[in-house]
Amino acid sequence: MRRNANMRSSERSPVVDLTPQLLADMHRRMIRIRLFEEAAGRLAQAARLPGFLHLYVGQEAVAAGVCTAITDADQISSTHRGHGHLVAKGGDFNQMMAELMGKATGYCKGKGGSMHISDLGLNMLGANGIVGAGTPIAVGAGFANKYRGDGRVSVAFFGDGATNIGAFHEGANMACALKLPVVFVCENNEYGEFTPRHKTMAITDIVDRAAGYGMPGVIVDGMDVVAVHEAAVEAVDRARRGAGPSLIEAKTYRYYNHHGVKNLGLAYRPDSEVAEWKQRDAITGLERRLIEAGLADADALKAVWDAVGADIDAAIAFADESPLPDVASLLDDVYTEARS
Amino acid sequence: MSRELTYVTAFNEAVRQSMRADPDVFVAGEDVGAFGGVFGSFKGLQEEFGEQRVVDTPISEQAIVGLGIGAAVSGLRPIVDLMFMDFICVAMDQIANQAAKVKFMFGGKATVPLTITTGGGASLSAGAQHSQSLEALLCHFPGLKVVMPSNPYDMKGLMVSCIRDDNATVMIKHKRLLGLTGVVPEDLYTVPLGVANVVRRGPDITIVTYGRMVGESLAAAETLAAEGIECEVIDLRTLSPLDTATVVASIRSTNNAVVVHEAVRFGGFGAEIAAQIGEEAFDHLDAPVGRVGAPFSPIPFSPVLEAAYLPAAADVVAAVRTTLGRTVRS
Repeated sequence: MRRNANMRSSERSPVVDLTPQLLADMHRRMIRIRLFEEAAGRLAQAARLPGFLHLYVGQEAVAAGVCTAITDADQISSTHRGHGHLVAKGGDFNQMMAELMGKATGYCKGKGGSMHISDLGLNMLGANGIVGAGTPIAVGAGFANKYRGDGRVSVAFFGDGATNIGAFHEGANMACALKLPVVFVCENNEYGEFTPRHKTMAITDIVDRAAGYGMPGVIVDGMDVVAVHEAAVEAVDRARRGAGPSLIEAKTYRYYNHHGVKNLGLAYRPDSEVAEWKQRDAITGLERRLIEAGLADADALKAVWDAVGADIDAAIAFADESPLPDVASLLDDVYTEARS
Repeated sequence: MSRELTYVTAFNEAVRQSMRADPDVFVAGEDVGAFGGVFGSFKGLQEEFGEQRVVDTPISEQAIVGLGIGAAVSGLRPIVDLMFMDFICVAMDQIANQAAKVKFMFGGKATVPLTITTGGGASLSAGAQHSQSLEALLCHFPGLKVVMPSNPYDMKGLMVSCIRDDNATVMIKHKRLLGLTGVVPEDLYTVPLGVANVVRRGPDITIVTYGRMVGESLAAAETLAAEGIECEVIDLRTLSPLDTATVVASIRSTNNAVVVHEAVRFGGFGAEIAAQIGEEAFDHLDAPVGRVGAPFSPIPFSPVLEAAYLPAAADVVAAVRTTLGRTVRS
């Protein structure tokens, strides 16, 4: 990847400044995302998941770094590549896997699927099938937080491609004009669907757009969960104390295709690039640093993978055993019925 | 106590009283603050409730609706204003793909108590981008409720119902009716959504209409009464959900129907009403359902062209005569 001189990394900041608990939390959240997504990919390959599947693998540090900087009460909006955000927010594997399979026990009772997966109880306001559309909704959640003065913040996750659509512009400008407690997190994975970013915008860094809205912007290494977390803490703190929105651009990469499970031999990106990014894998990087800092050994790290893997197996079993939606539920929940 | 209010003042009073009653209700939109909103819809509200509850926004229709959705799913009861109905096209993703579907897509776990207000309709020479009646677009999206009052009393009661409803509702004010006066109670009251109103009784033919065309249809009914044709006139008030039962019950007694709206006739909401009448009351019909609507053209600017374009009482009279002239019993 091209190294940006302004890009923040945590390479020189000692990992031990963060509590071992927090590092373990970030590590675990990233592994939960990785294993959930790889399991989903295998199920899709086996033609066991209906519909589209946009895998988050490679970008784990962004969701994990940001979601460890906010509380359960803070809202997030997400994207079509939304499983990672829900997992990082504390999403339940069973309900997620069941939703991906279109089962009645899924988060959305089989009505939403991968692209609309959500958990309002966790204040995760939904993955979204429309690029950029979650941004104004996060701004609305931020408005509600400011209106009530309850100290909550909202976070809008979106990709580099979303910054080219009007909804992003309108939402960013409105949040800044109204000085709302919102954090904009751009996951710049260098591709908007199947087209490289440089073909769709004349700038290299999304963060250049922040100045146009009057908010601070920072570039972070999106493969460095500690750097993402530190930037998020700063932006969330700024929002919480009423100083307004910020933009974080995390330089990251998706290992798989825009959708589906193919990762190599794609006409629009070179295989060598995938290999380069994998060299900088966020989970491997954190594990290496944890070992070097004496905060974990290989066995302890493996135990996390094993435990999460067992949870995934259990979730697949749960989803497999779950009933399909009753066709009689087809027209349920189009409207909220009047309260009596 | 009741007194005469204009249509727009009745709207304003519905918002004001709802805001007094419920601190979760707020207004956001372009120029709704000190200016008082286009047409004066929100006049004086910022003065009473402050800038936090009556919020001037950028000219950003997508973000205005998105702001409402995000605030609604977070527990507030937003009223967001889109000035002119034509601008729903600018905001259509947030209206159609987000607000209308959030509840269903999330398995029923979200509620979206959002009210979108806008001004529709022609006859002010506002041109092709500030005059349309696009209700058929909105009615095509399950999850939305679409409301078009024809008079001040219904305006206030329906607007209060919209604000209290836990779904995304669209309240469409007709710009030509803003100054229309009528008796409006001072109390906070509701007119239920999804319930039509039979505004004139008559045995010969049913005119199904809504919005500004209620007045034109009643004028047509007067003209026809002088010829001995007694029309029943139904003001739908809410288009979605549609009160099909009231329409069908009327046609079972009159055996004839004409559907009237200001919107373009082709693909208009009248086609849905006519189709439902065909499905539910075919055996009771003596003639094909007549339809009155605007021609298949953008709305012209020049007053003489606009007047020629818009359906009026005379068109309703002609359609009734034509329909009755086609009855198999005539």
